[in-house]
Amino acid sequence: MSEILIYTKDYCGFCARAKALLTAKGADFTEIDTTRDAGLQAEMVERSGRRTVPQVFIDGRHIGGYDDLAALDAAGELDALLRLAEPAKGEARHHRLIVLGTGPAGYTAAIYAARAGLEPAVITGVEVGGQLMTTTEVENWPGGDVTLQGPELMERFREQADRFEVTLIRDHIRAADLSRRPFRLEGEARAYTTDSLIIATGATARYLGLPSETAFKGRGVSACATCDGFFFRGKPVAVVGGGNTAVEEALYLANIASHVTLVHRRDALKAERILQDRLFAKVSEGKVSICWGHQVDEVLGDETGVTGLRVRHVDTGETRDLTVDGVFIAIGHDPNTILFTGQLDREDGYLRTKGGLAGNATETSLPGVFAAGDVADPVYRQAVTSAATGAMAALDAERFLAGLAAEPAPQTETLAA
Amino acid sequence: MTAVSAKEPIHITDDEFDTVVKRDDLVLVDFWAPWCGPCVAIAPVLEELAAEYGDALTVAKIDIDQHPQKASTFGVRAIPTLVLFKGGEPFDTLIGVQTRSSLAAAIDRARS
Repeated sequence: MSEILIYTKDYCGFCARAKALLTAKGADFTEIDTTRDAGLQAEMVERSGRRTVPQVFIDGRHIGGYDDLAALDAAGELDALLRLAEPAKGEARHHRLIVLGTGPAGYTAAIYAARAGLEPAVITGVEVGGQLMTTTEVENWPGGDVTLQGPELMERFREQADRFEVTLIRDHIRAADLSRRPFRLEGEARAYTTDSLIIATGATARYLGLPSETAFKGRGVSACATCDGFFFRGKPVAVVGGGNTAVEEALYLANIASHVTLVHRRDALKAERILQDRLFAKVSEGKVSICWGHQVDEVLGDETGVTGLRVRHVDTGETRDLTVDGVFIAIGHDPNTILFTGQLDREDGYLRTKGGLAGNATETSLPGVFAAGDVADPVYRQAVTSAATGAMAALDAERFLAGLAAEPAPQTETLAA
Repeated sequence: MTAVSAKEPIHITDDEFDTVVKRDDLVLVDFWAPWCGPCVAIAPVLEELAAEYGDALTVAKIDIDQHPQKASTFGVRAIPTLVLFKGGEPFDTLIGVQTRSSLAAAIDRARS
């Protein structure tokens, strides 16, 4: 929260009003009573250039008197200035359904839920738009046109969500309490409560976990070729991994870098056949080479950043050094479930859902909490499968909420407990 | 009365860079590009910070595609990279997508 100073005097109506306004906002302030202190009065006049009380300073910045404070409040600017938003204090905002995440799963869940009249709120998280924001062509989105790009697809999702008046909240949830109902979420901006929750927090690119990798992150080590490939025009780079992401990144970089070396610990790729074919075509052209059966030992570099990559043969243990300016890590993703540790059943970090044929397939170990997309899927991990499970989660949440409305008793019971 | 107007991020060029980081006490430079999804994703957060900190902070965005020189000078090899300048000198560097609180914490550190 901001540091708020208010210079006051006894018998000052406007001082009382200013303090009342700040108190009503839940803001903590330091009052400097100048009544019997000529020194403090002089300080106030010097700092504010004004001789009337009160004078308010927020974070060292002069705001003025009560009228100025009230005018800011009327303009809707005071809250941001006080940074009340920061620690999630005060009253929590209640929703019937909150969706966490803005990838294909989150948006699809929101669109379906909105159409069902559930008035969902979507909390965006930090990586707004999810993994597709760091891709280029999305060639396997059914119905998509030839030039469809990841960020463009996510923009379409957002527009569609807007069309059904989904409430989009730009916030990042720091803690979740699913032990009571309604569930409670603590965001950076504020707190929320909700009767039901769809978790579509997705997955985040995984790094190797080497100290040398961490040391050069952002200085040659990257997990996003579309973001950072730019810096390696005409320079040699390496891509680590063997799945779709690794091959897509290698293909993208092959058009920019002088040469791409794909480092893969196995002797075959996991990527789709069509991507492999394109990659091998680049290999024939000499733009790409594949370093089979190797894993990364160390990222090499100096004060300028990455200069090379030491790789080790997985069988022989023999090492060799590649001269590269950039290393793109594409070894997979980790699900974003840390918020729910100890609260929901997980397997290898992924949220466990019911599955099966009886419906309610997206429900987690807790009734009313559903999971969709990569956060609950270590296997398929496609934009289209994420969207599909998002739709399922919305339908499951709809049924859950209908049950709550028909039988309010269990909810009251939990609230009383 | 002090006029309080909501401040917005400014867009700067390679040529303007030095003038801006030296002119204002605290400048948060966002090295970004329009084709970088994460850069676009954090743009609203930077707008919020610019408004929130008002005169205490200048948020300056430099499109590295149009203006690659300063990015090179500061060894930027990933975007978004956010460099916080205090008194004309780099004070802190944050690489990649950041939460609002981590950015605010860096700014508050520079101000204390």
